[in-house]
Amino acid sequence: MTVATDPTPVIRLRGIRNQFGSHVVHDGLDLDVYRGEILGVVGGSGTGKSVLLRSIAGLQRPVAGEIEVLGTDVRAASEAERIALERRWGVMFQDGALFSSLNVRENVEVPMRAVEGLDPALRRAMADLKISMSGLPYLAGDKYPSELSGGMRKRAGLARALALDPEIVFLDEPTAGLDPIGAADFDTLIRQLSDTMGLTVFLVTHDLDTLHAICDRIAVLAEKKVLVTGTMDEMLRVDHPWVHDYFHGPRARAALTAKDAQKGS
Amino acid sequence: MQVLDRLETPVSVTTDQADGAVSLHLAGRFSLGDLTALHGALMQAATAGPFLVDLSGVTRLDTAAAWAIAEADAKATAAGHSMQITGASADSAALIQTVRDALPNPDTPPAKPMTLALWLDGYGRSVMGAVSFLMQLLGFLGLFLSRLARALRHPSEFRLTALVHHCHEVGLKAVPIVALMAFLIGIVLAFQGSTQLKQFGAEVFVVDLIAVSILRELGILLTAIIVAGRTASAFTAAIGSMKMREEIDAMRTLGIDPAAALIVPRVLALLLMLPILGMIANAAGLFGGALMSWVELGISPAMFQSRLIEGTDVSHLMVGMIKAPFFAIIIGVVGCHAGMQVGNNAESLGQKTSAAVVTAIFSVIVIDALFSIFFAQVGI
Repeated sequence: MTVATDPTPVIRLRGIRNQFGSHVVHDGLDLDVYRGEILGVVGGSGTGKSVLLRSIAGLQRPVAGEIEVLGTDVRAASEAERIALERRWGVMFQDGALFSSLNVRENVEVPMRAVEGLDPALRRAMADLKISMSGLPYLAGDKYPSELSGGMRKRAGLARALALDPEIVFLDEPTAGLDPIGAADFDTLIRQLSDTMGLTVFLVTHDLDTLHAICDRIAVLAEKKVLVTGTMDEMLRVDHPWVHDYFHGPRARAALTAKDAQKGS
Repeated sequence: MQVLDRLETPVSVTTDQADGAVSLHLAGRFSLGDLTALHGALMQAATAGPFLVDLSGVTRLDTAAAWAIAEADAKATAAGHSMQITGASADSAALIQTVRDALPNPDTPPAKPMTLALWLDGYGRSVMGAVSFLMQLLGFLGLFLSRLARALRHPSEFRLTALVHHCHEVGLKAVPIVALMAFLIGIVLAFQGSTQLKQFGAEVFVVDLIAVSILRELGILLTAIIVAGRTASAFTAAIGSMKMREEIDAMRTLGIDPAAALIVPRVLALLLMLPILGMIANAAGLFGGALMSWVELGISPAMFQSRLIEGTDVSHLMVGMIKAPFFAIIIGVVGCHAGMQVGNNAESLGQKTSAAVVTAIFSVIVIDALFSIFFAQVGI
């Protein structure tokens, strides 16, 4: 596993407070994400994992707190700064969130259209490359989202998120709803892309196998804040009851055994 | 700060020719915007002869630049030259390798020429599609009738609450818009009729004009068109969204017949409500016409009434109202059928909803035309 060497975090959250009406989701949440790492965010249902992702990606405005991404204060950024910043990150939504009226290639081309001076033929070729790098067959580019399976839609969503060679990608439950083989392939793909393209990955997941297989660090959301962050080994030693149950439950043990078996072979 | 470099470091691609060997020097942080220039330079070098790509000045290589290098390599190899890469960092080399592995190898199917046979084939298919659509609608009508017959035989199975609910939705809630529309049509007819009939001094015949056109044709036809727009779309959207969320499949597994539960109450409600709406439209249209005749031509309401009673036969009303059940059934069947055709994506819901409205309005007008021909032939 790669160890983060850059000491300045690419994502820095301080004192985030999110609330919907009187329901407080986050209160005083702090989190740092370092360059090149894969951070897995876990938490029980309703702890605001997706809300956190949406806050960082600028889709949800927190009531209070500081969000700094790649040195830019997201909350105070001007329109131009925001657009520049948005080109440096990519978001993959849970079901791909592909535009249903465009085929896969056109979907991947959408963010590239904003790049000035890019020849349309080259844009097509780049879209095909991204589709192929995401593990989709070449001909998938001509298909419409409704013709794809759930796993393929996720891959196409990833291809679109990677269209501009972002520095950070946000993945919302990338392996949810995939069969175990598809999920494992997707994990490998994320790890491989992260390694070769130097991606920082912010990953919201429930999948213990994903956490074991690819995450450098894990952040646990509970009690309206990031309760604890650290590597898998550190998580196993935390004695907070929820964290303990999460990482020592029967499914967690199964995932751990699977990983040990993989290492041994 | 390192993160800002990308926007500030200019990218440079320089070509030089030292002792006969062409070499390209790449420097800077590459991004997608630089691809066109880089690709052009590399392709030019690749067609010319053997060359060298020097990456020692590169701070960050992106996938676009790596792709251009891999493409140039492939092109040079195909042209029988060689390409060499020097000064690549470990990251850059790994990225180029990854891109090379991922290079899509197009196996595009050969484009088929457009022959007459293919063209005819396309036409044949769309004609057969239309025929099968009509057959499906007919099948749907049969399904409705058979479920209705079963409901008559087993009244306990019939969903009275649903029927009342749909009567409220398609009938009562449509009253304001239908009444307003007919009232305005009555005004328009009176106004237009009076300006024309004044020329002949035959103002009083405006009553016949209004009465006959509203009772025979316009009252029920325009009501049916409004109901087609309002209710066919609502049926398609409601049944379609249930279909999308697999509620209809769930009904089947629970032993509930979707046709009996969803279609019968809806179509039956339309069947009951459309004649009533038509009557309301007739009344509102006559009222609007009478009002305008009074204002514009000085025909008093009493005179309008007596002229209406002696000049207009009740058969005109019958001719109009007999069409109502036919309109109701076609609107209901088209709306429900389109709802059942919705696939599992939101896009098809929108498509089917607008298709349902168009088909329903079109069918209403076609049926109306058929009735006109029929009544003209039998001489009513």
